[in-house]
Amino acid sequence: MEAIEQANRAAVGRMLEADPVLIDVVPACEAIPALADGRKILHAGPPIEWDRMCGPMRGAIAGIAVFEGWSAGLDEATAMAAEGAFEFHPNHHFGAVGPMTGMTTRSQPVMVVENRTFANRAYCTVNEGLGKVMRFGGNDAQVLKRLAWLRDVAGPLLAKALRECGGIPLKSLIARGLSMGDEMHQRNVACSGLLLRELAPALARTSQDVQLLAELLSFMGGNDQFFLNVGMATGKAIMDPVRGIECSSIVTAMSRNGTDFGIRVSGTGDTWFIAPVEMPEGLYFPGFTETDSNPDMGDSTIVETIGLGGFAMGAAPAVAGFVGAGAASEAGNYTRAMTEIGYGENPEWTIPALDYLGVPTGIDIRLVVETGIAPTINTGIAHKEPGIGQIGAGVVRAPMDCFKQALRAFADEMGVSGQ
Amino acid sequence: MDDNKLVEFLNAPLHVINVGLEGFAEELDAQGVPVVQVDWSPPAGGDPELAALLAKLGA
Amino acid sequence: MSLVNEVRKAFYLDSVALMRYSRTLAEMTGVDEAAMMMGTPANREIMTNAGLLGPDAEGAEGGDLIIGIRGRDDASAQAAIAAAKQLLDQPSGRAASNDVWRPRSIRAAVASEPAANLALISVSGEFAVAEARKAIRRGLHVMIFSDNVPIADEVTLKREAAELGCLVMGPDCGTSIINGVPLAFANKVPRGRIAIVGASGTGIQEVSCLIAAGGGGISQAIGVGGRDLTADVGGISTMMALDALERAAGTEHIVVISKPPAEAVAKEIVKRIGESEKTFTVCFIGAEPGALPANARFADTLKAASVLALESAGVTVDATAASNPQPAPSGRDRIIGLFSGGTLCSEAQIIFARAGRPVVSNVPIPGAPGPAEPETADRLIDLGDDQYTRGRPHPMIDPGVRDAALADALRDEVTGIVLLDVVIGYGAHEDPAGHLARQLEDAAGHGPLIVASVTGTEGDPQVRSSQVAILERAGVLVAPSNADAAALALACLSGGKP
Repeated sequence: MEAIEQANRAAVGRMLEADPVLIDVVPACEAIPALADGRKILHAGPPIEWDRMCGPMRGAIAGIAVFEGWSAGLDEATAMAAEGAFEFHPNHHFGAVGPMTGMTTRSQPVMVVENRTFANRAYCTVNEGLGKVMRFGGNDAQVLKRLAWLRDVAGPLLAKALRECGGIPLKSLIARGLSMGDEMHQRNVACSGLLLRELAPALARTSQDVQLLAELLSFMGGNDQFFLNVGMATGKAIMDPVRGIECSSIVTAMSRNGTDFGIRVSGTGDTWFIAPVEMPEGLYFPGFTETDSNPDMGDSTIVETIGLGGFAMGAAPAVAGFVGAGAASEAGNYTRAMTEIGYGENPEWTIPALDYLGVPTGIDIRLVVETGIAPTINTGIAHKEPGIGQIGAGVVRAPMDCFKQALRAFADEMGVSGQ
Repeated sequence: MDDNKLVEFLNAPLHVINVGLEGFAEELDAQGVPVVQVDWSPPAGGDPELAALLAKLGA
Repeated sequence: MSLVNEVRKAFYLDSVALMRYSRTLAEMTGVDEAAMMMGTPANREIMTNAGLLGPDAEGAEGGDLIIGIRGRDDASAQAAIAAAKQLLDQPSGRAASNDVWRPRSIRAAVASEPAANLALISVSGEFAVAEARKAIRRGLHVMIFSDNVPIADEVTLKREAAELGCLVMGPDCGTSIINGVPLAFANKVPRGRIAIVGASGTGIQEVSCLIAAGGGGISQAIGVGGRDLTADVGGISTMMALDALERAAGTEHIVVISKPPAEAVAKEIVKRIGESEKTFTVCFIGAEPGALPANARFADTLKAASVLALESAGVTVDATAASNPQPAPSGRDRIIGLFSGGTLCSEAQIIFARAGRPVVSNVPIPGAPGPAEPETADRLIDLGDDQYTRGRPHPMIDPGVRDAALADALRDEVTGIVLLDVVIGYGAHEDPAGHLARQLEDAAGHGPLIVASVTGTEGDPQVRSSQVAILERAGVLVAPSNADAAALALACLSGGKP
């Protein structure tokens, strides 16, 4: 249908015209004023209530409630949550995204990515690093202490530096990261380094306390996934202007809450199409097996939505091994397979090893349903019990049923029936 | 209608996309004709209702 | 239980590679848990929690590789450590796999090969038109080998394709030769200045092979599908092919082959021929020769079409050349023809009709009167017809489809001659003559005479002369063409007098 072609051309055009810039770090309640009142907790994925939440999500909620001072301890927080003392909303409903459990609450610092072409902003918390962390449901004193340090030390230091230097343009930084072996989901080592390199002079100019600056640099330098959250905010900032284009069959968000997987499609507005989330397949840290793993979780699939992560596997052969049986030399096949469901290619984000093939851009639900090829997602694997953290990494497919539902609703919208 | 398209085809080297029986692609390949085999399966996993929707939505 | 650690100072490996090694070690007998990790604080914590970090690894740093093995006993743990070292020291080796990506859709195939200009489609008929539509919308011409496509779909597809300037060959198009390349069921013929536009696969094969045998060559052979010249389809593909051949380089003479077209379509085609600067042979199998323009001649058989085409290209053929007839067993007056090519079956019926022998056929030619006594009359059967191929391969792919009918014919006491076609070339069975010869082994010498022709060329993978030799060794009388075989069968029946 010509109307669909036009709408999709416009949608992917907006994706390619985007100009994301990391401009600031602010308390979440400044970026998202709605968080200032009441006990609102934003989480990853489509909407979900307490009784359907998985273990890590509950663990994170208990932890963040203590962190915000709403509860004296984890047990009290859990009881309050069960009684409905907290309001739960998806990050996506407030211009935000969060990895794994995706906790976003009023006092946490969020990074601000502005899409300068369309003057919209998106937010994501600062990555906590590896080990026991809240995004994997960790909630002990060590986890909360790190969150406090991010709020009190890291956030303000980063904010001052970003404001001073006028922001860090991200499109070209990501392009360089791709050529250095990152796919921006399970591998962010190059982009994390590049970002630190760009920020370092401004950090030096704006920091008064050398000791605190050293702490921050050491934290960023020791966290290969620091850029993941920047890339996620970038994804959200790129996709938001694509929402609500009539007749467009392009996916604007993919996200999971550990129980459900949800997608949104441009031409069907803000409706979530939801199916049970699948189990990742991958490699486990010592001491853990797939029986320990939690179903797939997080808003991080926004990076696949813009053509990175599993879609850019060809740029990151080292990551391809996460599939278990996959050889590094087969990484390109994942990207090529995703070209089957991508509307076009991104001429600025290219993969040298694939003869500078642009990453597949703009997931078209029609192509997904027709080919039966579901988006490939590179993901971390959380332990199913709260508080244990990451136990592996792997690959998961978006559930086909989300796309089938979306296609039926889209056809309805277009006045087309299957009879 | 593009009158010249077919004339150009008959004057140009053949470059084939083969959808279906792989033997046809193998024979073309053996003759040195460039051919791409499509790893085909029925659209929408063979679901007739979805396939009909897709046909109308112009996938 | 035994915990063994070993540290390699300043030895870096990617974490993914290490995780794969760890899994290999953990699967060894007697190993409870195993890990190889770089010694970063986060990793050391993971290993501590897994009970894999002992005092030996205390001093390891972020740039050091730690091997940790928890074994049932010390020997198992040490064996795993040895295996770990071997994994670390082995050369990385060649690619673990050479799986090649293959596109799953026409869309992706075109994206990866922008130079593509033809889609050859042979998926099940219910899906063929949808795939063809995707191809033409991406600017490809299509050849649809698939059958069982509703005629209404054929009409809409061909109309849409014509709008886009794309040619649709088929559906049910078995044969084309484009720019010298045989597609699907076709033969390796020399290139030349004669083009064929045909609604019949075996018709194109027979005519192109006879032209090749006569010293001519083929510029293009364009199959249009068996229904192109019906009133519904209106000859869309035939007309497009004729227009293009008019202007494309390399063609002087054009042979048009079809069953008798719908009257209106025939008129259109004759009109189009009259406007052409080329010369034509019109072979409407089973039709009465109608009025044709001065640049066209009518052929009533495939053989006649090849002769006229060769003549127009300046090659003279001795059309009377035929094999030596032999007398059929006396008292047996019936001929049974078992064909794999539908048009070859039709051509034989015309030869028989001309000789005044009405036949029974599952694909009777138009206007042919049925025999007075069908029980004992000649039977000319197309074994490629739907009723024989449902759920089975076509007899050109699997000559075994003919076995049962052949055995029946050989046993039939009133049958004097069995008439057969053997079609070779690309797409066909690798040795149909050999298969036939095995079926005839027991019958040689006391049953009916076997008369056959071989449609093919010396350039075909099966090599025509080899196939002929196999048949002759099996006692088969081999004629130079299908029409000659039919005539030879009749001559043998009339006492073997030429």
